[in-house]
Amino acid sequence: MTAASIERRVQIRQWLTILLFIMLLGGSVMATDASLVDLLQNTDQMFMFLEKFLHPDWSYAPFILKPLLETVQMAFVGTLTGAVLAFPAAFLATTFVTGSKWLTMMVRGLLNMIRTIPELLLAVLFVAIAGIGSFSGVLALTVFTFGMVSKLFYEAIETIDKGPIEAMTAAGASKIQIITFAVMPQIMSHVTSYVMYAFEINVRASAILGYIGAGGIGLFLQRALSQLRYDRVSMIIITIFAVVICMDIINEQIRKRWL
Amino acid sequence: MILFDHVSKRYDNGTYGLKDIKLHIEKGDFAAIVGLSGAGKSTLLRSINRLHDVSSGEILIDGESITMSKGKQLRQIRRDIGMIFQQFNLVPRSTVLRNVLSGRVGYRPSWQTSLGYFPKEDHELAKQALARVNLLDKMHVRSDQLSGGQQQRVSISRALAQEPKIILADEPVASLDPLTTELVMDDLKRINEELNITIVVNLHSVELARKYATRIIGLRAGELVYDGPASKTSDADIMGIYHDSTRIPKKAAANL
Repeated sequence: MTAASIERRVQIRQWLTILLFIMLLGGSVMATDASLVDLLQNTDQMFMFLEKFLHPDWSYAPFILKPLLETVQMAFVGTLTGAVLAFPAAFLATTFVTGSKWLTMMVRGLLNMIRTIPELLLAVLFVAIAGIGSFSGVLALTVFTFGMVSKLFYEAIETIDKGPIEAMTAAGASKIQIITFAVMPQIMSHVTSYVMYAFEINVRASAILGYIGAGGIGLFLQRALSQLRYDRVSMIIITIFAVVICMDIINEQIRKRWL
Repeated sequence: MILFDHVSKRYDNGTYGLKDIKLHIEKGDFAAIVGLSGAGKSTLLRSINRLHDVSSGEILIDGESITMSKGKQLRQIRRDIGMIFQQFNLVPRSTVLRNVLSGRVGYRPSWQTSLGYFPKEDHELAKQALARVNLLDKMHVRSDQLSGGQQQRVSISRALAQEPKIILADEPVASLDPLTTELVMDDLKRINEELNITIVVNLHSVELARKYATRIIGLRAGELVYDGPASKTSDADIMGIYHDSTRIPKKAAANL
C-alpha cells in the first residue's frame, strides 16, 4: 500500500468520525425534545430569575453559617471514612494481593454496583434507615465516596512501576511490607488528590442531600427555593462557592508543599 | 552455597527457558553469566531467589531448598540474598535513606515497618552501606534526583543493608554509560573481596565478565554450555557460548 493511499484512508476515517458525531448529536436533540425556540421564548422568566439572583440577601448570611459548617463537616467525615474503607477494597480489586482473578472480578463487580447507585438514592435509603438528620447524609456520602475513590485507587495501583515490588519481594518483604514500601509511595500523590477531589464533590453533594432531610445546608436551600426567595438561594450558592474555592486553595497548597 | 540440581523451566507453550541445569556456585565466587539475549540468563538468576519459579529440579541455598519453601521460610532465605536490577527498582519518590532502609524489612515485623519505624541499628547499617558506595551525603535526597549511576549504587546499598550472603545482579550496568559502569562494577568487586559476599551477575559484555568475574558461566538456549574460571576462559570458549546457528551467522559470532 502506498503512503498516499494510507493518507486517504486516514482522511476518510476522520470524515466518517465527524459524520457519526453529527448524527449522534442530531439524534440526541430529537430524542430529548431540545428546542432553542422554547429557550428563547422564555427569556423573560430567565431574566426575572437572574435579576433576583444578582441581588443576594447578604443579611441572610449569618443564619446559614451553622448549616454550612455542618455541610462541610458531613462532607469531611463522609469523605474520610469512605476513603479509608476504599483502601482495602482497592487492593482486593487488583490481582496483586490475592493473586486470584475471580476474586478481583467479583470485587470489581460489587464496586461497579455500588457506583451505579446515585448519591440521592443512597441518601433516601439512609434517611429511611437511620432517620432524618446529618448522620444519614454522612452515611450516604461515605458509600458514595467509597464507590468513587476505590475505582480511582485500584486504577492507580495498576499503573505503578512493578520494579520496586520486585525489589521488595527479593528482599524478603511480606505482602504488607511490599504495600507500604513499594506500592504506597507510588500511589500516595494520586490518592491525596483523588480524596481532595472527592471532598469537593461531597461538599456540593451534601448541599443537595439536605433537600431530602439528610442534614446540612440543603434544608435551607429547599426552604428558600419553595418560598421563591431567589435572593436567599443566591446567597446560599455564593457561600457554597466560597467554600469550594477555599478548599481548592488549601488543596493546591498541600500539593505544593508535601507532594 | 547455591546448588542447581537438575533444574528445568518449561513454559506452557512447550519451550524451555532452562534445560536440566546442574551448577554449584561456591562461597566467595564472583560468577558472571553470559550468553545471547534469550539464552535464559535472567531466568537462571531469578530462579535463585525465586522471583521466577522453575518447573522441575531443586535449588538449594546453603543447603536449604528455596524451591520447596513457602511463606516465612521463603522470605527468610530471600532476606539473605540481595538483588540489583537493570532499572534499579528504587522507589523514585522516597528518599535515598528510606530506599536503603527498605532492605531491612525482612528482619522486622510488618506492623513495625508499616509505621516507618526502624531501630537505630538499622539506620546505622543503612548509613554504613551508603558510605561503602560513597553516597552518604545523598542520604536525604529523593532518589529520583540522582543520576542513573548513583541510583544503581543506592540499590547496591539497599542490597548491602540486607547483610546478604549472596548478591544477584541482573544486567546491573546495561543502562549505564562506560564510566559509571566501571564505578558500579568496582563497587561490586570490592564488596565481593572485602565482605566475602558471593556475587552472581548477568552481563551482556564478555569484556566486563572477563575483567571482573572469577568465574564465567555460559548459557545457550537454556542450556549450560560453559563453566570455568575467568582466567582460563579462552576466545574459543566464548565463541562456543555465543555460537548459535539458529540465531546469528558464525561470522558475526566470531566478531564478539
